[in-house]
Amino acid sequence: MTITRTRRSSADRAVPQGRSASRRRFTIWPYAYAAPALVALCVVFGYSFVEVVRYSLYSGSLGSLTYVGFNNYSSLFTDPVFIQSLFDNLKLLVTVPVVTVLALAVALVINSGVRGWRLYRVLIFFPYVLPAVAIGLAFSYILQGGGVFNTLAQDAHLSFLAHDWLGSPKWVIFSIGGVIVWQQLGFGVVVFTAALLAVPAELVEAAQIDGAHWWTVQRKIMIPHIRRIIQFFVILEAITALSSVFTYVYILTGAGPAYSSSVIEFYIYQYGFEDGAIGIASAAAVFLLAMSSVFIALYLWVRTRSAREE
Amino acid sequence: MTILRSTSRQALLIILAILSLYPMWFIVTTALKTPAGYALDPTGLPHHLTLSNFSAIFSQWPFLTWVRNSVVATLVSVVVATFISIMAAFAIVFGTARARETFLRTNIALMAIPPVALLTPMYTLMVELHLINQLPAVIIFYCGLLVPFSIFFFVNFFRQIPHELVEAAYIDGARPSRVMLRVIMPISGASTFTLVIVNAIFVWNELLIALVFLQNNNSRTLMAGIALYQGRYITNEPLIMAAAFLSLLPLLVLYVLGQRFFVRGMTAGMGR
Repeated sequence: MTITRTRRSSADRAVPQGRSASRRRFTIWPYAYAAPALVALCVVFGYSFVEVVRYSLYSGSLGSLTYVGFNNYSSLFTDPVFIQSLFDNLKLLVTVPVVTVLALAVALVINSGVRGWRLYRVLIFFPYVLPAVAIGLAFSYILQGGGVFNTLAQDAHLSFLAHDWLGSPKWVIFSIGGVIVWQQLGFGVVVFTAALLAVPAELVEAAQIDGAHWWTVQRKIMIPHIRRIIQFFVILEAITALSSVFTYVYILTGAGPAYSSSVIEFYIYQYGFEDGAIGIASAAAVFLLAMSSVFIALYLWVRTRSAREE
Repeated sequence: MTILRSTSRQALLIILAILSLYPMWFIVTTALKTPAGYALDPTGLPHHLTLSNFSAIFSQWPFLTWVRNSVVATLVSVVVATFISIMAAFAIVFGTARARETFLRTNIALMAIPPVALLTPMYTLMVELHLINQLPAVIIFYCGLLVPFSIFFFVNFFRQIPHELVEAAYIDGARPSRVMLRVIMPISGASTFTLVIVNAIFVWNELLIALVFLQNNNSRTLMAGIALYQGRYITNEPLIMAAAFLSLLPLLVLYVLGQRFFVRGMTAGMGR
């Protein structure tokens, strides 16, 4: 232990200054302080990364595993349910531009000075904190065949909007996407509003004095100014669409009808824990990890760029 | 012209606010209807207010057991994760270990790892430890999942604390533990509370892990319990909506009392 336990002598104190003194003084304790967190990370992430790759090379159920090399991966891509799940995840990526554009538009409107904007922001953000289970249950009743949505649509003479939203293979993934947009919108609005508030007022005033139109100000000043935040948001939403939509799928449709709304997460759950095929589930998990690491790398890259700009 | 513009802006935001709140309204009004009342008029106000759905949940479902499990899982994993993350973030910001930048960057990368990818190895681990169907299984998992964001959050906060404050304490001969508990913690109250809220929401709302690790009826968390009873009672809309309402009630109360903590905490991943 190099932690100095005695009070430092006055001669010592005369030796310069803050940072270098403390550098010499504390060397072991940071490791001790980080150790419990490090252990938690090693168990949940480190151990799992190694094991998930190992399991992906085996077939059979727990206790009777046989080595099969890359067979699980090749059977993934010949399994129509996996292909369907992958494509559904990709379709859900469409929610990303939708949420981003809507949230940005609302944030720009809020930022242009609307009376009571704080209250609106609080109300619009509320869905984001709610449990996806409760939301999913409510929407499963709202969107079902004879449900509230279709009833309201017909009452309003908008019967082209009335579909079996959760029961038809054609619409179901878009219904799930709609619920995701509904829940994520408030998050985007809050993030963008906060970023817009930080744009220097002088910039906007100068443009207004020059007679710039509202939309020109937004397009030429506001949006470019918060582009880093927009990039962060897009990446985070893409990660969400690819890898944290299980609850919506499970509650709204159970991946049905006939797996037409399955996603990779559901596939892993179904194969690994309903059917006990650990190997296939692990191979799908490794595939999902590979996909998300592309976005994680992007995220880190944007972070470094934005730190350098400051 | 400006009046027209500001009216249309107000209208847009009012419509959005209504759309945001409608499912909540649907949950509450449906929960107060009888099944017959709902069948007759799914969208309107309840004609005969009834609390029978709530009493049915408490008498026929193991609802209170699920609530207790959710509360225990949330409290333990959030307290442990928050505490070990404070220590690690303190070491990153005020320590001088070489690896601290690497450690921080690793944490930021781990923030975005999908939990589902860790599910099979964690499951087999818990089978070996004989923890399946027991709360510690999910608590260990949640705890690990919460650490990366928590460390990131506290590092951002600690970096705003003037270094002189810490240096002054060192000069007075204080040990790191004392600096953390007496200098840093007292000024970190609001931030810690913010993070605790964000973490608690994650654990309380989580479904997939709870579903896989807690398979017997009395060990389930609230979300897993409701999700599994959904199939059995799907045709009793008011009953299911009453359960959904109870599951979000704690969040609703907390949100009304302190939205600023939610807003600040849940958007904290977006900064530097």
